Amino acid sequence: MAPLAPVSTERDLRLDLFRGLALWLIFLDHIPSNAVSWITIRNYGFSDATEIFVFISGYTAAFVYGRAMDQHGFVVSSARVLKRAWQIYIAHVFLFAIYLAEIAYVAHSFDNPLYTEEMGVLDFLKEPDITILQALLLKFKPVNMDVLPLYIVLLAWFPPILWLLRRAPSTALIASAAFYSLTWWFDWNIPAYPKGVWLFNPFAWQMLFVFGAWCALGGAQRLSRWIDSPVVISLAAFYLAFAFFITMGWYFPRLAALVPKFVNDIIYPIDKTNLDVLRILHFLSLAVITIWFVPRDWPALKSPVAWPAIVCGQHSLETFCLGVFLSFAGHFVFTEISNGLPTQVAVSLAGIAIMVGAAALVSWYKRVERRGPGPRPPAATPSYAGGAG
Amino acid sequence: MKRLALLLALLPLAGMAMAEQPAECLVAQTQLEQAFPLHRVTAAIAAKKLNVLVVGAGSSTLPGANGAKTAYPARLQKALAELLPGVAVKVTADVKAGRTAAEMVKTLEKPLADAKPALMIWQTGTVDAMQAVDADQFSQALDQGINIARSAGADVILVNSQYSPRTESMIALTTYADNMRWVALQHDVPLFNRFEIMKLWADLGTFDLTGAANKLDIAARVHNCVAWLLADLVNEAAKQGGPQTEAVKPGAGN
Repeated sequence: MAPLAPVSTERDLRLDLFRGLALWLIFLDHIPSNAVSWITIRNYGFSDATEIFVFISGYTAAFVYGRAMDQHGFVVSSARVLKRAWQIYIAHVFLFAIYLAEIAYVAHSFDNPLYTEEMGVLDFLKEPDITILQALLLKFKPVNMDVLPLYIVLLAWFPPILWLLRRAPSTALIASAAFYSLTWWFDWNIPAYPKGVWLFNPFAWQMLFVFGAWCALGGAQRLSRWIDSPVVISLAAFYLAFAFFITMGWYFPRLAALVPKFVNDIIYPIDKTNLDVLRILHFLSLAVITIWFVPRDWPALKSPVAWPAIVCGQHSLETFCLGVFLSFAGHFVFTEISNGLPTQVAVSLAGIAIMVGAAALVSWYKRVERRGPGPRPPAATPSYAGGAG
Repeated sequence: MKRLALLLALLPLAGMAMAEQPAECLVAQTQLEQAFPLHRVTAAIAAKKLNVLVVGAGSSTLPGANGAKTAYPARLQKALAELLPGVAVKVTADVKAGRTAAEMVKTLEKPLADAKPALMIWQTGTVDAMQAVDADQFSQALDQGINIARSAGADVILVNSQYSPRTESMIALTTYADNMRWVALQHDVPLFNRFEIMKLWADLGTFDLTGAANKLDIAARVHNCVAWLLADLVNEAAKQGGPQTEAVKPGAGN
């Protein structure tokens, strides 16, 4: 089969827009008991912002590193992918340090008889040596810090997958799906500390990442005939409605009583760890409907209204890490100052504003760097020499 | 009213005049909506004898010398006795801190055999979340526990984790709360949503749950309210559970 090149050289702004929105939703969901998180999609269906983030990350990784592979060959582009994984690892460790500080504060200021059991979670502070080592090994992962380790593993594997995707895209996609199935069959996962397994099983979630990459390398065009068909669009709409109804039953038990028993037996439990098929279908349905509503050349994509989300999506690592930090900070404000509704709204909006501001700053800095003085090899010139890995 | 509730919670309870449900609990009654009847409880109430077994971990207890008396299992007996006049109510507790759902299931048969309950109230989830037990295994443990209780002749009510604002960013409860909800739906088991109830109290300022200080009186009032709302849930679900067709048909006189 002929190798597939990236279809278009111009960046699809929809990817940045929706990745930016996903980052906002992840931030809102990560602040515990945040009333504003009622607007996030996880309350209205099976999938949540994580699926959007992983899919788009796969898409953009293939787009960016695929081009690098064209220009500089396998070895150089692989080195870049691994450098990115390393950056994410550093970011994760940095966030862990902040998390430790928060925990240590809570541990020495908290003594409520209602929560003797819950306070046991602070016991790991008694063995900081083991805890920190396990955190460096990515086995000990605090709450809401599971996405970056997943991302690290996905990127670390990515070079050979990208290589295969460019030579035999269908084979790569089938291999990825087969690996996903085997993972379900044999219960593969990475062990966590002190017990259990990774909350986001990389062996399962890789499928969405690879699917995103496959779409970037021409798959999306192949699918476009299907995506536009009224049958697929109606199926997607129907599935979204079904998921909505089921989800509402979680909050209104009388509604849940209307669901026949055999349906419950089929759908539950909806496995987030192993990326349940119901979640994939929900994400795909959302994607189909979204593409139908938002064409690639949608004028609003270039308007100032869309800019805040787009700029966040374009600097996703920075924005994501900042979001994790801000959700810690937001929770801190809730417990120490106030958790009234006005505070919750204010904290949510302020958090998003800070994310946008920081992303704009990063964007400005990168522009300055690119323009800056000093001898720099022009990145746009293909240099094939020595790149034949 | 609040001072009355406080007094009641702290005084030795035996032989006290009948207490009423403290008004402060009532705001959370909206959270009790559920759609699954408890047929065995209905039958037990009709027979004027209701045995209840509370199975739980640390959040079903309170520390201190009076802990056992002020924690919700003991208070539940009072509340039920009052809601069901003429019925001999006996609440037994199989409660020990630090147990996961699977650990409770392992030792479930003995307390069931001893107490012969018509109802098992099962509080779990927090320890599983703290230890990050595989969600699938948690789900399976719940399945097993419900089946064991039912084959021992008891209906089941599940109770989820407490709302604990200060540890919320350290214990990832969502996965376990979701799985518990799903298991409850699959088995037609009422779920006592302790998390949302306590969160509502915190949001409305009924109880200050963010306070870091050691305040046993508030803890006792919270447990008392949990007991009263649980009693309400039992009572309502029992009212829905009219005579079960196949079980009652032969000898039912009325």
